[in-house]
Amino acid sequence: MSNYSTNEFRSGLKVMLDGDPCSILDNELVKPGKGQAFNRVKLRNLKTGRVLEKTFKSGEQLEAADVMDTDMQYLYNDGDFWCFMEPDTFEQHQATENAVGDALMWLSEQDTCVVTLFNGVPLSVTPPNHVELEIVETDPGLRGDTAQGGSKPAKLVTGAVVKVPLFLDQGEIIRVDTRTGEYQGRVSAK
Amino acid sequence: MEHINQWQPGTSMAILRQRSRVLSELRNFFQQRQVIEVDVPLLSRATVTDQNIDSIQAHNAETDAYLQTSPEYFMKRLLASGSGDIYSLGKAFREAESGRRHNPEFTLLEWYRCGWDEHQLMDEVAELIAVLLPGIAVRRCSYADVFIQHLQVDPHLVDLADLQSLAVATSSEAWAEETRANCLDLLFSVLIEPQLEDGLVLVYDYPACQAALAKCAEDSQGRQISRRFEGFLNRVELANGYCELTDAAEQADRFAEDQRQRRLSDKAAVTADQRLLAAMESGLPECAGVALGVDRLLMQLQGADSIDQVMPFSWDRC
Repeated sequence: MSNYSTNEFRSGLKVMLDGDPCSILDNELVKPGKGQAFNRVKLRNLKTGRVLEKTFKSGEQLEAADVMDTDMQYLYNDGDFWCFMEPDTFEQHQATENAVGDALMWLSEQDTCVVTLFNGVPLSVTPPNHVELEIVETDPGLRGDTAQGGSKPAKLVTGAVVKVPLFLDQGEIIRVDTRTGEYQGRVSAK
Repeated sequence: MEHINQWQPGTSMAILRQRSRVLSELRNFFQQRQVIEVDVPLLSRATVTDQNIDSIQAHNAETDAYLQTSPEYFMKRLLASGSGDIYSLGKAFREAESGRRHNPEFTLLEWYRCGWDEHQLMDEVAELIAVLLPGIAVRRCSYADVFIQHLQVDPHLVDLADLQSLAVATSSEAWAEETRANCLDLLFSVLIEPQLEDGLVLVYDYPACQAALAKCAEDSQGRQISRRFEGFLNRVELANGYCELTDAAEQADRFAEDQRQRRLSDKAAVTADQRLLAAMESGLPECAGVALGVDRLLMQLQGADSIDQVMPFSWDRC
């Protein structure tokens, strides 16, 4: 892989740092009036998700990380691995529980996710921004209470628990924003 | 970045108006004190030799030239010619300096006071800032005191090897062979600057290895220091001043040392400004001078976090 110098560091660039792939979030030039220039760089470790700040001497280089975001369809979970497929090539990839992470709470079979591959192996999974899921467990709905505020917890078919308005019932399908875990609206009754 | 929607300025019209007010307040300040404005050239055959400052090259009629990184050399030639107290409020250029607090072309206020020392000039810097920010807190401390307060290390006496280890721990292996001056700058910028108090902090008696164009001396504890100071406004480097070196022979030695450092770090060779040396030989009056970044001052007045918000057009929009 090629190398990148500090002056090429841009938000979104993927580089290797201490053996882990990282995504650059921010790169700030610091240059004392009479001093040597350096760069304060914010990176996200793509393995752990942790954000770290590092100082580099201007002109220092980091190796590019072989990291690629690919749209894939979620097929099934065989107990150990979560299986995803590239829709164009039908190539299948097995993701570990660690790589699937919090996406687990939102995944339904057939959903299209962004799978981040590092050296060809799934490193992380980003679910669709919005998913439609069935409520499998919640307190009985309060009829006619569509205008009032107030909410109650509802367990969804994937296991996630979200706050929903009081009028909703078990068996209904709702739309959820996976980035915030917030209820977006009722799709339909089953 | 050639986005067509960047035809617009980075400033709001309100900030543009404030910029105009600040420029005229700066001029009023010096007019009231009988300091005269000089509009020295931006384009010159000569430039700085400093290893950490790169000039933008230009050409005129087949002569190599440089956009000036500060008005210092021309102003010193005027001082040596008997101008008396002078100030310049204009543009300066530094190659490849772009960022939240940097733009390759920026507005610099620089002034010289004949017969003054750096402490008198620090008073005047504080008075100037107080005109724009009435009631601002001002703190003064020596470089050694602030360094020891934060890092428990005496910057004047610490071994180079220890400084390099500290720099490596703060940044990366790339600092293992760095010079004393560059290691000190890294440590000061990363570990101390963000911890400075609100308001104006004036740090004086810089290490001798960072003298640039300041006189060197011994401090009260017998340590070699340079008579240089810096002003930090809310933790942002704003101003850099000297009790000016007036000895032409020592100036020539410093230029030669700069050139040696440039060779060591594979930087383009720069010829020393012979006209400045000639002016100093003929006699630069004893004086103190300071340069202050006007765009950064505006950033602080506005609470702006990017220099782009206080300039009509920063480099990305040019």
